[in-house]
Formats: sequence, C-alpha cells, structure tokens
Amino acid sequence: MKFRKPRPSNEPLMTEGMQRLVFSRRAMIVGGMQAAVGVALATRMAYISVVDNQRYRLLAESNRVNLTLIPPRRGWIVDRYGKALADNRVALRVDIIPDRLRNRSAVVARLSGLLNLDAEAVDRVNRDLDAGNGAQPIEVASNLDEARFAAVSVNLPDLPGIVPARGFVRNYPTGPSIAHLIGYVGGASAEEYAARRDPLMLTPGFKVGKDGLEKDFDEALRGRPGARRAEVTARGRLVRELETQSDRPGQAIQLTIDADLQDFAARRLGVESGAAIVLDCITGGILSLCSMPAFDPNSFTDGIGRLEWQMLNDDDHIPLLNKAMRGLYPPGSTVKPMVALALQAQGVDPEETVYCTGGYRLGGRFFHCLGHHGTINMRHAIEKSCNTYFYTMGHRVGYDAIAPIARMMGLGQEFDLPGTSQRYGTVPDSAWKRRRYGQDWSGADSLNATIGQGYLSVSPLQLAVMAARLATGRNIQPKLLLNQATSSAPPLAIDPAFFNAARDGMNLVVNANGSGRASKLAIPNVQMNGKTGTAQVRGLQHGNSSSWRSRDHGLFVFYAPFDEPRYAGAVVIEHGMGGARAAAPVAKDIVTFLYDRELALASLASLEAGWGGTMRERLERRYSALRAQTSGVANIPAPPANPTANGVAP
Amino acid sequence: MSRTIIPATIANAFPWKLTALLTAMVCFGSLVLYSAAGGSASPWAAAHVIRFCIFLVMAFVLSYIPIAWWRMLALPFFGAVLLGLLGVEMLGAISGGSQRWLNLGFIRLQPSEFMKPAVVLALAHFYGMLPPGHVRTWSALWPAGVVVALPMALVMLQPDLGTAIAIAVGGVTVGFLAGLPMRLFVGAGVTGAAAVPILFSMLHGYQQRRILIFMDPESDPLGAGYHISQSKIAIGSGGIFGKGFLNGTQSHLDYLPEGHTDFVFATMAEEWGLMGGLALLFAFALLFRWGWRVADRTPSRFGRLAAGGLTMTIFFYVAINLMMVMGLAPVVGIPLPFISHGGSSMLTVMLCIGIIMSIDRATKRGGGAFA
Repeated sequence: MKFRKPRPSNEPLMTEGMQRLVFSRRAMIVGGMQAAVGVALATRMAYISVVDNQRYRLLAESNRVNLTLIPPRRGWIVDRYGKALADNRVALRVDIIPDRLRNRSAVVARLSGLLNLDAEAVDRVNRDLDAGNGAQPIEVASNLDEARFAAVSVNLPDLPGIVPARGFVRNYPTGPSIAHLIGYVGGASAEEYAARRDPLMLTPGFKVGKDGLEKDFDEALRGRPGARRAEVTARGRLVRELETQSDRPGQAIQLTIDADLQDFAARRLGVESGAAIVLDCITGGILSLCSMPAFDPNSFTDGIGRLEWQMLNDDDHIPLLNKAMRGLYPPGSTVKPMVALALQAQGVDPEETVYCTGGYRLGGRFFHCLGHHGTINMRHAIEKSCNTYFYTMGHRVGYDAIAPIARMMGLGQEFDLPGTSQRYGTVPDSAWKRRRYGQDWSGADSLNATIGQGYLSVSPLQLAVMAARLATGRNIQPKLLLNQATSSAPPLAIDPAFFNAARDGMNLVVNANGSGRASKLAIPNVQMNGKTGTAQVRGLQHGNSSSWRSRDHGLFVFYAPFDEPRYAGAVVIEHGMGGARAAAPVAKDIVTFLYDRELALASLASLEAGWGGTMRERLERRYSALRAQTSGVANIPAPPANPTANGVAP
Repeated sequence: MSRTIIPATIANAFPWKLTALLTAMVCFGSLVLYSAAGGSASPWAAAHVIRFCIFLVMAFVLSYIPIAWWRMLALPFFGAVLLGLLGVEMLGAISGGSQRWLNLGFIRLQPSEFMKPAVVLALAHFYGMLPPGHVRTWSALWPAGVVVALPMALVMLQPDLGTAIAIAVGGVTVGFLAGLPMRLFVGAGVTGAAAVPILFSMLHGYQQRRILIFMDPESDPLGAGYHISQSKIAIGSGGIFGKGFLNGTQSHLDYLPEGHTDFVFATMAEEWGLMGGLALLFAFALLFRWGWRVADRTPSRFGRLAAGGLTMTIFFYVAINLMMVMGLAPVVGIPLPFISHGGSSMLTVMLCIGIIMSIDRATKRGGGAFA
C-alpha cells in the first residue's frame, strides 16, 4: 500500500479509468481488512472453544447444576452403657423458597396464622426474604409439632413456595443435667464461617458445637454432608433432580459417664448451687460430673431467646458456669486426710496426741477450733475435724512439706480432659507467696492452709481426684472417654502404711461419731468413707448470716465401699453453710443410687416435692414467671454468640 | 457457474447460488432459533423462515429496479429517512422518553435501520456525480460530512451508539472507495484515537459502563458483564463439535440472555461448536466475496460505490455482533444477519442484498466486461 503524496503544483488529472483503478485497490484494502477480521474471529472462537474449553465447560456445568447440601446428622454422645446423652430428633420445619413465592404478604400472613408465629418471627421472616434470593430456602419455623406441621401440609396448594421439611436437630434427652459436660450446639457465627469457609455452615439447620464436648469433638461429630444435585434455570427454577448423595452421620462418642447417675446427681443437687463428681476408682473414668444450676442446652440449639438468656445471665447462682471444672473454692477440712499423709511423711506418728483446748495460739493470734476435743490423735482429729491437732502438726512440719503431697493428690493440678477448660486454683507455698506477693511465708499462712483455708483454692474435680487417690493409693487420672486405653494407675510415691490413719479417720467421720455421721449409708455391708469441709467465704469469722453470698461453702469428699474402694467423689455446695449439713447428704444419696436406685429415687422424689417439681419444671416455671413480668423484649440485650465461653468464677 | 445444466439466461436472471447461500444460512438460523425456544418452531423459528421468504421476494423485486432509478431515488430516500429520524426524535421529546421507532399502524418502522443503506446510497450518488478531478478537493468532502454527521447526530440522541457507528462506517467506506485522499483516513484514525477519551466522556453512563465492563467482564459477572461472561461460557463449553442439537444448557436454562437475538451466535456455538461457527463464518465470507465481485464488475461508478458500501454495511453487522459475542467488543445490541430473530435488521440487510442484486443484474444485462 502506498500513500499518495499531495502534489498541488502538478496534480494529475483524475480520469474515469484511474478512478476505477483506485476503487479496485481500495476495495482490496477494505476486503483485506474484512478478511483479517474474519480470521481474527475464527482464531478467537477456536481459542475460546478449544484452548479454554475445559474451563468454560466447568463454568457451564456449575451454572446448570445447583448443589444443595444436606446437613449431616450429628454423631451421638453416649454414656458408658450406650445410653444417649446427646442424640438427634426429627424436627419438622417449614421453609420458604423465595423464587416460588407468589403474593408474598398474603402467604406470609396465612402462614403466621397456621403456625401461630408471633410478630418477632414474622418480622425475621420478612427480613430474610428481603435479603435472600433464588432457590436457597429460608426457614420460617422449626421444631413444629405434628398438628401445626399438618396444618401447613394440607394447605400447600394455597401456599406456593412453602416447603414443609423434615430435618434433624440436636436433642439432649436429660437437658440441664448434662449441660456443662456436653455443651451445646448452635448456628455457625460469622467468625466461624470466616475461619473455615465451609458452605455447609450457611445451610439452614446446620449446627456447630459451641461449648464443652460438642465444641471439642465438633470435627468428629460433624459427619459428612449429603448433597442433592438438581438442574436449575438461571432464575432458580428446578428443572429436574439429578442425583442425591445421602449424608454420612458423624461418629458417636462414648463417655465414661453413667447417664442415670449423672441425671440423678444433677437432680439431687436440686435448688442448690454446686457441683457433684463421681469417679470410678479403678479406671479413673468420670461417672458423673455435674454443675448446678444449669441451662437447658436444647434451648441453645435454635439460638437462645433474649429473655431466657437474661434469666440465665442475671442468676446469682451462675448457671452458665461449669463449677465442677471451673469453680474454685477453699477446700476447708476436706484436705485433712491428705494433710495426715503429709504429716506422716514428715515423721509424725499417727498415734501421737495433741491436747485441744478449743484452739491454738501462734504469736499474738488465737486460731479457733470448732470444739474442745481434749487429747486427740490423728484418726480422731480427722473424725472430729479438730483444727487444733492440724494447727499444731502443720506448724511443726511447715506447709512447704505439705504442698507437694497436696499436688501429688491432685490439688492445683490440671487434668487431661476434653471439653470445658479447667481452672486449677492454688496450692500455696513459700516460693509461691514470694513470687505472687513478694512476702515471706508466715506461720499463720501454714495454719490456714493446713485446714484448707487461706491461699488454698481448688476445684471440685480436684477434690474428687484427691478422694480417689486417697482411696486407692494410686495415681488415678480422671478420664472422660470410654475407649481410652486403660492401664492400671501406678501407686503414688507415698508409703502405703500412711494411708491407714487417713482412711480410718474418714471411716470414723461417716460411720462413727464424726461430722458426717448423719450421712451414713443405709445399705447393708457397704460403708462410705468421707470427710466434710466447711469453708469460709470471707474474713475469718463464720458466716451463717442471712445473706446467701456470705454463707460458708459446704464440701464433702468420699469413697465407697471403704474396704474395697469402687467409687470416689466430691460434692461442693456453694454457700451451703457446712459440709455435713449440705454436701454429705447429697453424696450419701448419690452413692446410695449406685447400690440401690429405688431407695435413692424415693428419697429424691420427696425432696423434689419440697422444692416444687423437677429441674425442668422449676426452670420452666421461672421462665414463664419472668416472661409474665416482662412486657416486651425491647430492652433486653441480645445474647452474645458464645454465651459460656468466658464464664466468670464466683 | 454451471451453465451446462441451467440455460445461461435463466442462470443470469436468477441468482441461484446467492439464493441457496442465504436460504442455507436462514435455515441454519431457524434451527438455532428452534432450539433456543426449547425445541419449538414458535415463537421464533417459523416466523424467521416466513419473514425471510417475504424479504427474499422483496429483494428479487428490488433487483428488477433499474440502477438509474436507485440513483434517482438515493437522495429522496435519504431525505425521507432523515425526516423519519427527526419525527422519532420529536415524538420522543413529546412523550418524554427515548423512542426509536415510528408506529405507522400496520408496521413499526425504525428509521435508523434504513439510514444505513440510505447514507451509502446518498454518498454513492454524490461521488458518482462528482467529476473525477474534484475527488481530492474540499468540495468532495464537506457534503459527505454533512450526509454522515446529520443522521449520526440524530441517532446518537436516541441514544443508539451501535447504529450511529454503523452509519459512519458505511459512509466512510464509500468515501474511501471513492478515492478521497488516504491521508484523510490516516489522519482521522490518529485523531479519532486521540479523541477517544473525550468521546468516552460524552457517552451516557450505561454506555460507558458497557465499555468498561467489556474491558473486564469478570469485574461484574452478575451485572452488566453477565452477558459477555455467559456468552463466552456458552461458546467455550461447546468445544469443537458442540453439545449437540437441543442440548445447550446455557440457552435452555436461560443463563444466556438474548439467546435468540443478539447472542444467537452463542446459542448456535454451544450446540454446534467451533465447526458450526467456522461454517457460518465461511458462509458470510462467500456473501461478502459476492458483494465485492458485484462491485468490482459493475461499470457504473455509482454501482461500484453502492455495492461496496452496502457490503460493508452488512459486514459491519456481522463483525460487530461476533466480536461482541466473543468478548472482543462491548455489548452494543447489533443482531447477527440471517440468524438472529428480528424483523427490522433482516429488512435492512435484505434491502442491501436487493440493491446489490439490482446492480449485479444491470452489469449482466449490459454484458459487463468482468462477468
């Protein structure tokens, strides 16, 4: 191609023939450009359909096929006998598929009439409909009873876009009894979705473990979702079902818990605030671990209501705290058998006597005993819970000699257990005090710690472990999973002879003239050994005032049978005003349940009649009373995403 | 030509090959439309064939109009269409909205469609009249400029960017073929490239967005880039041999928008694959080769310019549509001739074909030297 240079001075005359030539040449140029465009188009098309074919084929397929995840059934959590602590029940649900909805306001109004939806629920459905789109179903109501479900089902022809569905939801048959142990499930939060990016989390009806074992074993319990593949149009209209892959339920987890005992212990704690733990002395398996009061984990499954949340949160008995593992208390006199071991290890002869005049003078301070016990040896000092004996001996050996034995017996220790994280408290000694307060250990500190007061603080679980180790002389480790390999626990590094005085003392506490004599078992040939404890909450004076919060804690550690220990445990009743009065009777009934259920249940029935019904009945009555006095929910703060994550200590 | 079988007179009187080519393309198009309707002749496939038959007869009738008449009619036709465009503008101003068609009661006419051949004819007539010596003078330029700029401005007001560019391309092509100095085109090209940002700023928001999204369709896969993305998915997933007749998912499940009009090529490519696409491109290449051969053979300057310009007009439809469908051009709403469903564009294209046939007939009757 040649550009024509303008030559104004000598312009050639344009003739008809030349014009024809110009036309031919330029037609060639235009035609050539058109051919080039044609070749470019052919090349482009070949590139898209051959080189990129795989990618676009995939995109077309993902357009065409709509994948609906079917939430997997969550694995069961069962007790040592296979009884369900957490299972799944069929839940009847009604969903709306926005695309198929016609005349939305009329349908929603009709639906709210059929399902008895309140204004709050209707509002939520409308908000979800505004935000949602396409074929993704929106939940209208779940956990429907058959009657309401049937009411919707028979009216389906008038309710376009409404889909009644059967799904599974987590169910805790014994409700509050296992709340702290198992935890609960709930819908995935935005943070949880951001962390995992699992589309399953957005599927209606899918729950993740939020607390306790449900959270710890979430991965195993979750299972694999099923999938329903369907061909859909761009507007989400279903063309045909392609195939359905069923879900694979999560693994079952078997615990060492005895479901019946757990439920009994929880009910027996009754209206008190406290914890009860029972261990299998041979394997260390935890037979029961309850903390009361508790919440109903079933309430959390669909998101707890504001009012119920407020009720739990405002309760001074702190139902959201797992007191068995996270509550810390001064153990009081329950540590005396353990101290007896430490004294013998330091050369104290159990037959050596101390004369109790009602107290012990150290420097200018007088440390009181609960009575005037006169001449008393180690066994009887445990039986009578004589402070003077332990003050005297504790002062002689010093607490730095006692603290290692306390730790060996499980106090201040954290155990390898799943679920709720434990708080391990304090077993003080001089090094600890210097580190913590920069002060020297004093004689008074030793006296206080020796009788389980002062700086010493332990969890109920640690007390139960201490009882088990006292009973067996073995290094019992608590465990919660049944399938864990069991090897017989090694003996503790304490002369087995030292245990005799401690165990004899504990036997006298319950079975002779000791502080726990009222809780002697009524079962032939089975004796329970134990030790009561009454721990002051504040100051040094005994608090039995009318203010619940300043009352003494009641504690009790025990094992049975005394001659061939099978079960060991601890009961802590917050502000129970004394171990003998509040804790030991609970322990007695729990052990009785292990040997004679009918006897224990009969005693429980009469107690529950006095308390005003079973645990669930009382919880429901409180809730409805609260609802009655609260006119609206406007001023009640919404519950946080994970209510029990930061449980506060008392 | 196979003159051994068909007598030469008949072969000359009736363009068998062209008719066969167009019929083949329209039949293929109606197959695609049949599939796009989910395997149904209604609402598009049957109407497509019927419409083509009517317009083919119209084209034959037009081909009998002597070339001198076309020359005579060129300017009045241009004037009438220009008035029509004005009328549309005024109607739009009165009704307070943008309007592109005139409702004559029995038919709705889109004057901007007719403007494409009208501009080509008017300019061909102008350069045909122009003494050969004046081609490189100012007087060869400004009337052509007015003839192109006036309708362009009116169409831009509608606003219809695609048609405005089509009108410009037709007019510029005629000027180029007529022998306007090359430096004008080179200069205009350079200036045009420089003016792109200014022109861009003058466009409507939705037009700007279309261009921006064309540059990066994935930036808005569910919004305005949706058309291009889905179209590429349809073409790309078709592969070499396609998914098979009636097996396209993109079109049948409504993922491909406008699958029977502007994006009909994607509907076709999904089911017929690269082979279908190449066949169609080959058919169009044959059509344009016919147009250029007619232009090259005809003795009259008007005929040459008109045939070339009209061929370019049809080419522009095809090229822009295919570029758009393959993601090489913004979405401008130009249908694919003979394949897309739609009366207006087929009328225009068949009008162009009829005029080119008329020029061809004149050449053959006059015993054209290049026949």
